[in-house]
Amino acid sequence: MSLATEKRGTVRRATATGPPRGTVGHGAWFLVLPALVPILVLSVGPLLYGILLAFTDAQSGRTAPTRWIGALNFSDLLHDTLFWESFRIGLVWAVGVTVPQFLLALGLALLLNEDLRLRWLARALAIIPWAMPEVVVGVMWRLVYNPDAGILNETLRDLGLGDGRDWLSGLATTLPAVIVVGVWAGMPQTTVTLLAGLQNTPRELHEAAEMDGAGAWRRFRTVTWPALRPIALAVTALNFIWNFNSFALVYVLTNGGPGGRTRLPMLFAYEEAFRYGQFGYAAAMGCVMVAVISVFLALFLVGRIRGGDDA
Amino acid sequence: MRTRPAARAGQYTALLAYLLFLAFPFLWLLSVAFKPPRELGSLHPTWIPKHPTLVNFRQAFDEQPLLHAAGNSLLAALGAALIAVALATPMAYVMARQRTRLARAVSGWVVLSQAFPFVLVIIPLFLVLKNLRLIDSVPGLVMVYVVWALPFALWMLVGYVRAVPVELEEAAAVDGAGRLRTLLSVTAPLLAPGIVATALFAFITAWNEFFFALVLLKTPEKQTLPVVLTHFIGAEGVADLGPLAAAAFLATLPSLVVFALIQRRITGGMLAGAVKS
Repeated sequence: MSLATEKRGTVRRATATGPPRGTVGHGAWFLVLPALVPILVLSVGPLLYGILLAFTDAQSGRTAPTRWIGALNFSDLLHDTLFWESFRIGLVWAVGVTVPQFLLALGLALLLNEDLRLRWLARALAIIPWAMPEVVVGVMWRLVYNPDAGILNETLRDLGLGDGRDWLSGLATTLPAVIVVGVWAGMPQTTVTLLAGLQNTPRELHEAAEMDGAGAWRRFRTVTWPALRPIALAVTALNFIWNFNSFALVYVLTNGGPGGRTRLPMLFAYEEAFRYGQFGYAAAMGCVMVAVISVFLALFLVGRIRGGDDA
Repeated sequence: MRTRPAARAGQYTALLAYLLFLAFPFLWLLSVAFKPPRELGSLHPTWIPKHPTLVNFRQAFDEQPLLHAAGNSLLAALGAALIAVALATPMAYVMARQRTRLARAVSGWVVLSQAFPFVLVIIPLFLVLKNLRLIDSVPGLVMVYVVWALPFALWMLVGYVRAVPVELEEAAAVDGAGRLRTLLSVTAPLLAPGIVATALFAFITAWNEFFFALVLLKTPEKQTLPVVLTHFIGAEGVADLGPLAAAAFLATLPSLVVFALIQRRITGGMLAGAVKS
């Protein structure tokens, strides 16, 4: 104790002429600029530029100069039923993936927090969806869903559950089929994050609750969940945002089809911008998406502030 | 904690169901990749190929410039990882050691940047890169990947820097080491594993990336592996299943290996970033 105090005193004296304890001082700018400049130029800049573009009639490959057209893109968007349909699909998809993903991941994290065998296997397998390129995940599930040569229909036939169907091309089955893939792809990451959160909750609390005769559900409600809630909220909000913005998975699985049933907002905006060259209009779509996402971002920040007290 | 046998059985059933759900698509991918065309055409596919073959792999290389695409992917991912980490490490150090307004603003930006719909960023970038004649070039893609990797590289690195005790640096200062020397001989060695993990994570993310590559790379010889993979799926969505599976499997291997190596470190870093920072 006294040694520590003494050491601290020495340190203070030694650095008395330099910058205050634990800071970097004037060298800071020199260290910060290499990362800050690219971020400002190639990330903040384009974002602001993108918002400006939303108020213009910018098109790709046009020779006439781009004109400022005010909120015209946005009033056009308001009447674009296809866009709102894709927006609705995006919300259904994002909720449809995020909620089961969270519930399944929570269940699994609780399981893996117990002393079970096969934990190593779960950990090893969890790497597969997490590390796979989204394009490969899409390709892989196309093989599973394939109407003739796919394993899903073959298994259903073996179980005597009908002759199977074309899951990705059927109007009724396509969105649920795509959602299952989304859940599969994002579950490991959510599970591992929740598991890390569980392992941060003090064991003594559980033991005390058990001594008081609390059952499993009661222990979950009074001990586990309160400790996990900030992480759960943050993870769910981020997952929702990522899912709402996703592109590659569905692009490979269905390319937005059949009949636009899986055309997520990003797929719609991509087509508008890079197939039809409507840069201004697509940028306006991006702005509307940002507006919706900010709501969930606010949720995430609230979760982070509540959970970050000990930071 | 004591658990009744019935509950235990239930737990194992749930765990097995999950393992099955996790494993079966990947096992099916393998099964298709190693099946000869005749078995793929059969109406009653089997799990285990009766006559396993590498013919799909050869056909995949014949049909698309896979090797070339892998080279492009490697170049883009390595470039992005190295540059991003080189730029991010000094800044992460400052952010971790100094709670200034700038550090707060940047960590706010890190969170925000996770939330962009890429379409809002890619249109202006497309226009800018076009003017710089960097469209349809791997260096142009590297530029985009670097900026895209910076936020999470900072995010992870800040966590790793915080794990290096300030007291060690102070002790070195007491011993008369200058600032640069302290950084190089005390901080850097302790930070190295975190830097490597961050670089590998940036590598995998860039290796797997699809959207920017799809938009920015037009000529087949310039395209990365994920983009070339989609060429196996024809315009009508009809795919040659065997070569498609073979190519998909090959495209995943590097990510799987690298990710297996660093998986534990990433979880820690990401969680620290997500909940604290």
